[in-house]
Amino acid sequence: MESHESLKSYKNRLDDALDNRFLRQAMDKFAVAYRASRENAFACMDVADLIQQVADIKAAAIADSKALLDRFVKKAKAHGVHVHLADTAEDANRIIGEIAQKSGSKKIVKSKSMTAEEIHLNRWLENLGLEVTETDLGEWIVQLRKEGPSHMVMPAIHLSRFQVADLFSDVTGTDQDAEIDRLVKVARKELREKFVEADMGITGANYALADTGTIGIATNEGNARLVTTLPKIHVALVGIDKLLPTLADALTVNRILPKNATGQAITSYVTWITGPSECTTTPSGKREMHIVFLDNGRKKIAADPVFSQVLQCVRCGACANVCPVYRMVGGHQMGHIYIGAIGLITTYFFHGMENAKNLVQNCTNCGACKAVCAGGIDLPHLIKEIHTRIQDEAGHPLQSLLLGKVLKSRKLFHSLLRTAHLAQKPLLDKKEKPYLRHLPMIFSSDHNFRRLPAIADVPFRDRFIKLHQPAKNPGFTIALFSGCVQDFVYPEHLEAAMKGFAQHNIHVTFPMGQSCCGLPAVSMGEKSAARDVALQNLDAIDLDKVDYIVTLCASCASHLTHGVPKLLKDYAPEKAAAFADKVIPYSVFMNDIVGIASDVSAGADVGRKTAFHSPCHLCRGLGVHNTPHELIEKSGNQYVPAVEEETCCGFGGSFSTTFPAVSNEILTRKLDDVTESGADLLVTECPGCVLQLRGGAAKQGRKFTVCHLSELLYPPMEH
Amino acid sequence: MVNTTTGRKKDDSAAVFTQKASLVSAFVHDVKDRTGAMDKTLELLAQKPPLDPQMASGKKRDPSEKILAAPNLDHDGFQQLSDQCRAFPHIHLIRDRLRNFPGGIDMGVTTADFGIADTGTLVINSNDEQTRLATMLCEVHVAILAVSDIRETALSMTKELEILVRQKGSYTAFVTGASRTADIERVLAIGVHGPLELHIILVEEK
Ligand code: SF4
Ligand code: SF4
Repeated sequence: MESHESLKSYKNRLDDALDNRFLRQAMDKFAVAYRASRENAFACMDVADLIQQVADIKAAAIADSKALLDRFVKKAKAHGVHVHLADTAEDANRIIGEIAQKSGSKKIVKSKSMTAEEIHLNRWLENLGLEVTETDLGEWIVQLRKEGPSHMVMPAIHLSRFQVADLFSDVTGTDQDAEIDRLVKVARKELREKFVEADMGITGANYALADTGTIGIATNEGNARLVTTLPKIHVALVGIDKLLPTLADALTVNRILPKNATGQAITSYVTWITGPSECTTTPSGKREMHIVFLDNGRKKIAADPVFSQVLQCVRCGACANVCPVYRMVGGHQMGHIYIGAIGLITTYFFHGMENAKNLVQNCTNCGACKAVCAGGIDLPHLIKEIHTRIQDEAGHPLQSLLLGKVLKSRKLFHSLLRTAHLAQKPLLDKKEKPYLRHLPMIFSSDHNFRRLPAIADVPFRDRFIKLHQPAKNPGFTIALFSGCVQDFVYPEHLEAAMKGFAQHNIHVTFPMGQSCCGLPAVSMGEKSAARDVALQNLDAIDLDKVDYIVTLCASCASHLTHGVPKLLKDYAPEKAAAFADKVIPYSVFMNDIVGIASDVSAGADVGRKTAFHSPCHLCRGLGVHNTPHELIEKSGNQYVPAVEEETCCGFGGSFSTTFPAVSNEILTRKLDDVTESGADLLVTECPGCVLQLRGGAAKQGRKFTVCHLSELLYPPMEH
Repeated sequence: MVNTTTGRKKDDSAAVFTQKASLVSAFVHDVKDRTGAMDKTLELLAQKPPLDPQMASGKKRDPSEKILAAPNLDHDGFQQLSDQCRAFPHIHLIRDRLRNFPGGIDMGVTTADFGIADTGTLVINSNDEQTRLATMLCEVHVAILAVSDIRETALSMTKELEILVRQKGSYTAFVTGASRTADIERVLAIGVHGPLELHIILVEEK
């Protein structure tokens, strides 16, 4: 995978993964089972508080890593450990190779180490003519298959028992049944001799404790114990990000690591090693012990104000476990060496821009990873930051550049949308008005997985004047923030909402200077354009004159609340904060602020079984979970929960046009869940989700209809 | 929870320990004193199926022989065990040179320094190579733990742990259940490179 892969070839790999039935089923089962076992492991615990503790411990250690390293080295040397500092991957490889050669070692056993994977250590050692054997079952399997791990904790999760049985039949020269217990015993037997014969053992470490010069290793199989006991030499390869001050810190991290990784309260073994331990086969009676500390860019990351939090990662793998994209395409397509959300980020730092540039786009920005991250890392945000960085370094692709340029000028943007409306005319489906019959040429055929809506004849901004009814003694004055999709594609969502506002005597203003919220620009790596539109929106709305900025688009709401202050922190921090403070999503405004009554849409179509799709930016972005359910009930309909209501629908803005095949699979999974719930109607609170879900439901002929929450509450008059 | 052997009520942390250890498929047995622990050990050994050697050993062994390693028992403890073993001629009791048994040993019996209730974990000072090998090469690991050595959480006993860990040459093991993997299709399988079974004998009187 060293050669630079084109986006096209990357997409071909994604297609192959999507066609791999075993992988798909395995990943699906895993995604569901993982969620349950994680929940179970954390039952009765304050997870958020635990994560905060871990984040604080790690952040402090990163800031202090130089001093911690010095302290560790001093202690370890006093214990008799040979400590080596490797600046680069090559340095580390060379150091370890030399240790092996100087000691005359021929055979090496390893326990699983992502850090060793990071530097391609096996390849280096094998080139020196050494025999290297991975002893973690999953790692051994992928080593025999000459693959890399597809998960940080479960390296062979992409393989079936049948594939493993075939592999083991080859290795042992006898037919092996595809029975898991027996296959495990095959590994036990095959590897025992390797342990016994090995001259040298190599491990990673989960923790390096500066106070005592101790390393801590967590495993389940017990292989690391043999690797650090039978051979005469032990080499531990440790990233400098693993340094912590004390045992208590490590024990705190260890309370969350295994629970987040596999739902275990603790791994079967945690081994604490402080200097060379007894070894009866050496003249000194002690093992020769080396610790190789690896930098490989970590110091640079630590010094970066935006990215230093990357080093808070404890390598639990949870960010992959919950990722909707990982679930569809598996680990080899979702990381270079490190897998999952963190892999999208660290690939850039450890393995370079070329390996990262396709990967980093393969994210719907759903935030599921951030919600479970053991290190409290804002992963989706950093993924976008990397995307921006890569584009700044490598040049912005034309499409993204244009988008950025167009968005910066609201007038140009809006007039383009109006032109597009004219251009689409011949493409419109005559029978079913709101859909485009054929896709414009710029889209290739695989974008056809959902029906695309047409641009409205009259955008909301031109309709507002007519709809506007100034309220006398209004309860509230709001600024309505439309977002581009509702303004130009779904003005009816806003029209429905206007009815409700009028009923409740709410004074609505529609600031004409408002533009796109800027999220599409962020998601295409056009940070400076995003900043420009954020400033325009700040200027457009007079905060003194409104109580709230209400938006019917959860993505806009979340971006205006969290994204804009981040973008403007060096430009207009106070104003951005005051602005963000007034932003409120539609459901919360209607339910909690206006407090609408339960007969809200009496007379309309009621009593329908109604499922909800929770937009990522609503549930995880804004922490809103149950308010929409209450509104569904208030509308006189019956809320029926669909499983995985809070899992992404696969839209993700530009994600769905860059990776349509993956987007379609995520969408189909979602629609299946809704079908299974028995709902007649699917409601959501984001026009992007409506576009994806309604288009997909129409294309696939699903039996339910899709609408926005505002249309449920204030349905249009029957024609 | 009432202790079935001793008829007395188990103290809270022992009950939690037992419950958590059982969750990870460790077997917990309650006994009154050291004699009870030795009896239990030999009873478990008697029930144990024959060894499945992982590699050919240097010299041929009598197939009915069972190898029992007890490296870290104190002098009196080891004496007592070997006295009790005398009644069973096929037991081969050893306490060192465990490297001579790379293909495996039937049973390793060790004392544990502490138990951690909230995860059902044993803390075993494994600085000495024989202790390590006994707990790694055996098919069945029997750990003897005094009820009074059970602590609530790892964090609550940081001081005691630090005393173990900070020694030069320290090799401190947390052991929770038998060795396990879920690397093939995420199906849990017990007994990969370590013991196939873990038994914990809780001793009421130290
Ligand atoms: S934001 Fe969602 S899609 Fe992106 S990496 Fe995280 S979990 Fe995956
Ligand atoms: S980024 Fe967070 S969730 Fe992902 S592996 Fe690291 S700690 Fe775990």
